[in-house]
Amino acid sequence: MDTFRLFPPQASEQALKVDHLFYFLCGVSAFFALLICALVVTFAVKYRRRHPDEIPPKAPTPMSLEIAWTGIPLLITVVMFVWGAEVFVSAQEPPADTMQIFVVGKRWMWQIQHPEGRKEINTLHVPVGRPVKLTLISQDVIHDFGLPAFRIKKDVLPGAYTTEWFTATKVGEYHLFCDQFCGAKHAEMVGTVVVCDPAQYASWLAGTESDTPPRVAGQKLFMQYGCVNCHGLYAPTLAGLYGRPVDVIDEQGKHRTVIADESYLRESILNPSAKLVAGFPNRMPSFRSSLSEEQLMQLLEYIKSLSGAADTGPYRGNAAGPATQPVGTPPPIGNPPFTPYRTNQ
Amino acid sequence: MSDLTAPIDHPPLVAHQFDDLQQQTEADTLGMWVFLGTEVLFFGGLICGYLVYRHLYFDAWRQGSEITNGFRFLGISSGAWNTAVLLTSSLTVAVAVRAAQMGSRAVLLWMLAITWVLGAAFLGIKAAEYTHEYHEGVMPGMTTFHPDEEVTAQLTKAAAADQRELGALIQRFRMYWVFYFFMTGVHAVHMLIGLGLFAFLFIQAARNRFTPQKHAPVELMGLYWHFVDLVWIFLFPLLYLVR
Amino acid sequence: MTSIPYIPAYEPPATYLNIRHTVASWLLTKDHKRIAILYMISITLFFAVGGFAAVFMRLQLLTPHSTLVEAETYNKLFTLHGVIMVFFFLVPSIPVTLGNFLVPLMIGARDLAFPRINLASWYLFMAGGTLTLSAIILGGLDTGWTFYTPYSSTFSNTHVVLAIMGIFLAGFSSIFTGLNFIITIHKMRCPGMTWFRLPLFIWSTYATSIIYVLATPVLAITLTLVGLERILGIGIFDPNLGGDPILFQHLFWFYSHPAVYIMILPGMGVISELIPAFSRKQVFGYNFVAFSSLAIAILGFVVWAHHMFVAGISLYSGLVFSMLSFLVAIPSAIKVFNWTATLYKGSISLETPMLYALGFIGLFTIGGLTGLFLATLGLDMHVHDTYFVIAHFHYIMVGGAVMAYMGGIHFWWPKMTGRLYNDMWGRVAAVITFLGFNLTFFPQFILGYLGMPRRYYAYAPEFQVYNVMSTAGASILAVGYCLPLIYLLWSLRWGAKAPNNPFRATGLEWQTSSPPPTDNFAKTPLVTQEPYSYHTMEPQGV
Repeated sequence: MDTFRLFPPQASEQALKVDHLFYFLCGVSAFFALLICALVVTFAVKYRRRHPDEIPPKAPTPMSLEIAWTGIPLLITVVMFVWGAEVFVSAQEPPADTMQIFVVGKRWMWQIQHPEGRKEINTLHVPVGRPVKLTLISQDVIHDFGLPAFRIKKDVLPGAYTTEWFTATKVGEYHLFCDQFCGAKHAEMVGTVVVCDPAQYASWLAGTESDTPPRVAGQKLFMQYGCVNCHGLYAPTLAGLYGRPVDVIDEQGKHRTVIADESYLRESILNPSAKLVAGFPNRMPSFRSSLSEEQLMQLLEYIKSLSGAADTGPYRGNAAGPATQPVGTPPPIGNPPFTPYRTNQ
Repeated sequence: MSDLTAPIDHPPLVAHQFDDLQQQTEADTLGMWVFLGTEVLFFGGLICGYLVYRHLYFDAWRQGSEITNGFRFLGISSGAWNTAVLLTSSLTVAVAVRAAQMGSRAVLLWMLAITWVLGAAFLGIKAAEYTHEYHEGVMPGMTTFHPDEEVTAQLTKAAAADQRELGALIQRFRMYWVFYFFMTGVHAVHMLIGLGLFAFLFIQAARNRFTPQKHAPVELMGLYWHFVDLVWIFLFPLLYLVR
Repeated sequence: MTSIPYIPAYEPPATYLNIRHTVASWLLTKDHKRIAILYMISITLFFAVGGFAAVFMRLQLLTPHSTLVEAETYNKLFTLHGVIMVFFFLVPSIPVTLGNFLVPLMIGARDLAFPRINLASWYLFMAGGTLTLSAIILGGLDTGWTFYTPYSSTFSNTHVVLAIMGIFLAGFSSIFTGLNFIITIHKMRCPGMTWFRLPLFIWSTYATSIIYVLATPVLAITLTLVGLERILGIGIFDPNLGGDPILFQHLFWFYSHPAVYIMILPGMGVISELIPAFSRKQVFGYNFVAFSSLAIAILGFVVWAHHMFVAGISLYSGLVFSMLSFLVAIPSAIKVFNWTATLYKGSISLETPMLYALGFIGLFTIGGLTGLFLATLGLDMHVHDTYFVIAHFHYIMVGGAVMAYMGGIHFWWPKMTGRLYNDMWGRVAAVITFLGFNLTFFPQFILGYLGMPRRYYAYAPEFQVYNVMSTAGASILAVGYCLPLIYLLWSLRWGAKAPNNPFRATGLEWQTSSPPPTDNFAKTPLVTQEPYSYHTMEPQGV
């Protein structure tokens, strides 16, 4: 990396957008700053006091001038707001075919796991040209996953997921910084984003013996913790659940419709009664103390991999629906007991 | 007072920085109002926190307020008794202010005394409540939080009835008690300060320091006391009544 | 500063300074002018403490992996710098020194409405400062001045509770000061001093006081909750115990964003005095400048969440708070334009205070404009929590508030002390400060855009160039701050006696003697003119 530069590398589409916005604001700011400085210097020289008894006459205060310099900045800031909001909003929702990577921040390292299973620490390999969505969570304090070359950052919170996404456009190595103060080694919670071409990425993925993919690990947990015993039988099926609206009853007993996103799924695992699927008893225990953030993410990845029936109506749970079975994956080790108790519910 | 002696034409009873008694009284009164404005934001921040968590953890907070409400001292809810006591003291303070305006010292002294006693009664009931809550083990300290069987039974029942998890309920239940003790505690500190000031006013009144022209301290104390009452009027439903 | 060992042959006129010389007469004084001096000494000491921390930080950052201090020590240094500078220098600075001294003088009153509360607030301030400093001496504090949870409430093992108690007390000092000003301005204006004849410094002090009174209690309650969480181990803000860390940020910034305006509004007030005085012209658009202060105070309360754009708040609150943040920029722009227009066809004298004032306009303009970058959602996503933010708020707080404070001190020094300082040295210091400041903080904008995060004790090698520039600038800045300390102290002993109105400025404070007597005015003044009526000045025939 070179030692003297004015701008960070532009390595994503977002970076281009942000930079254009930045140039615009720089232009406006430079114009006004120079205007004010030029006026101040000119006036200070031109109207300098030439005689100690000099008394300038009273000057009028034209209202038009006041209105002009209230109105014009207001209009300019409206442009800034709209443009800035546009750039911001476009950076919120990733496109559909996004690759999902999980990031767990803990003091003072980043644990990253790819959908195919490969784990890395403080390094993030991504293929060029493919949208990547990061799902972030912290094990302890608030961190922030900042990627200056892609012009994005997001706080990494304990107890709630946040996400950010980017499409890398340039092969290379870029900085990864923790941007939220997190204690003694905050400055060492840094890493590298390695953007490589897809072939290289594939070979990197295959490079060493890969860890179990999070989906598979999640499936294992799904069996191990007995989730499989209920879901799809007398608890709501999880197939096709991800991303769909769900009718729930919250803790105040009110009916609501929520989207089954990562945060909802996470909450339902940790605190099942918070938003109970309508029509189901509250029977599920909390897994708060038994699952780590990493295991939670693996479970989520597994649940997301379960594609269900293509009905698009609001999700109401389906006591007699299809059992929770992964599509396109081998059946789970040790078949779930197909309980005949269904009729008792 | 000032390092310089006040100007010769300066009226008596008026601090050197003021021109006349009216200006001084107006300044004092406005000062108390602005101070109460600060206090509103002080309690406002707290109530904001309360509302956020009440919304998040409705369940546990309902249990919390049921247990607060179910406290069996005095037969009916001690919160209601305290409300009554405090509202009465507001009345006596109002009478005291009137008495100061009219210059009837005996009434003023009596009313100040009664107000003091009522304030002390409030704190007494509150202290009894605190003691009881301490014994029930709901005081949310590191070592003091160990709900007794009765409370635990109630919580277990609630958890079972709603089919919710006991551990989470207890954790949130504890948060309710944090807010309960903190809000009522801060209020009680305000009451204590008030009692100290009333004692001071009583001595002043006994020494005949107040006249129909100059009795601003009594009026200011009245404002303060009404505010403390008002805070309780908010705390009582929030902590005891709301389901 | 307590006594001037000058024994004249005749009885000198009684001033607030020479009326008594005992230590008790200072420590128990109820004279707003003496309390202002007490505050001035105190905040200068705090400024020095915070400044030393900054020196060590800049030295540490001279190289990418310096071993001057360790990571933990660096964290304590920037926390010390932030806490002391924000809560014990910037928040009190202009209001408690210049404000305390000038509010009664400017409105023609003998003192503030509540002199005893004024003294009590100094004691609260000192008690708070002592507690916070003791937290630092006992082993430090490493949470940053923002005390973000759950780091501060659960994870940090430094003296958080002690520091919080100190800030709590200092907060009440602010509340009492604000309360005192509000009442004084409402009730104690002299005859003829209508609201629209008030000097603009009073308007901005009034706006500041509103924020003091309404925002500070929320900080007090929030920090108390953090303290409780630490002591009792309950999870109000710790998500592992069921709390919500974002709630802390909301409550904290509900105070701390208005607090930014607490720091800059009084500075704007000072500049609104200096510019007319040294261009001998009525301020341009008095009503606009006055009302923009109130607009800033009010709008300042509804923009707090722009500190949280990347903290996981909802998209819609992001949009709303971004829009409101742009709105709050408009009153500041109005002020800058009006100050500049005041210069037009004036009679401009570039004495020391005016140099600081013109420097303020330049630096504040840059600081304000870069604030727009941070209010722009799309850009904030990149520069949030980087050195861009550091540069931005130093332009506002050091380039703005401190420049204004220095300008104000130089302007009213003759009034406060009765002595004249050496104007040539003053001008040298002002220019050095301006240059040093820009060299220190301008490179940080570039650093921030490059992505260097704040609060890093070590950084990537490509950031070094700008860090070296910044450290070099800081050493120049240090000279710029030390010089005034020397020549101002020198002037106390050897400076020429100041006339009552050395700058021929309008304003009631210049109509009494320098330094003023304890009761400020020999007799209650009567105001018959608009403020800043420089056009009606009498020539002195020099």
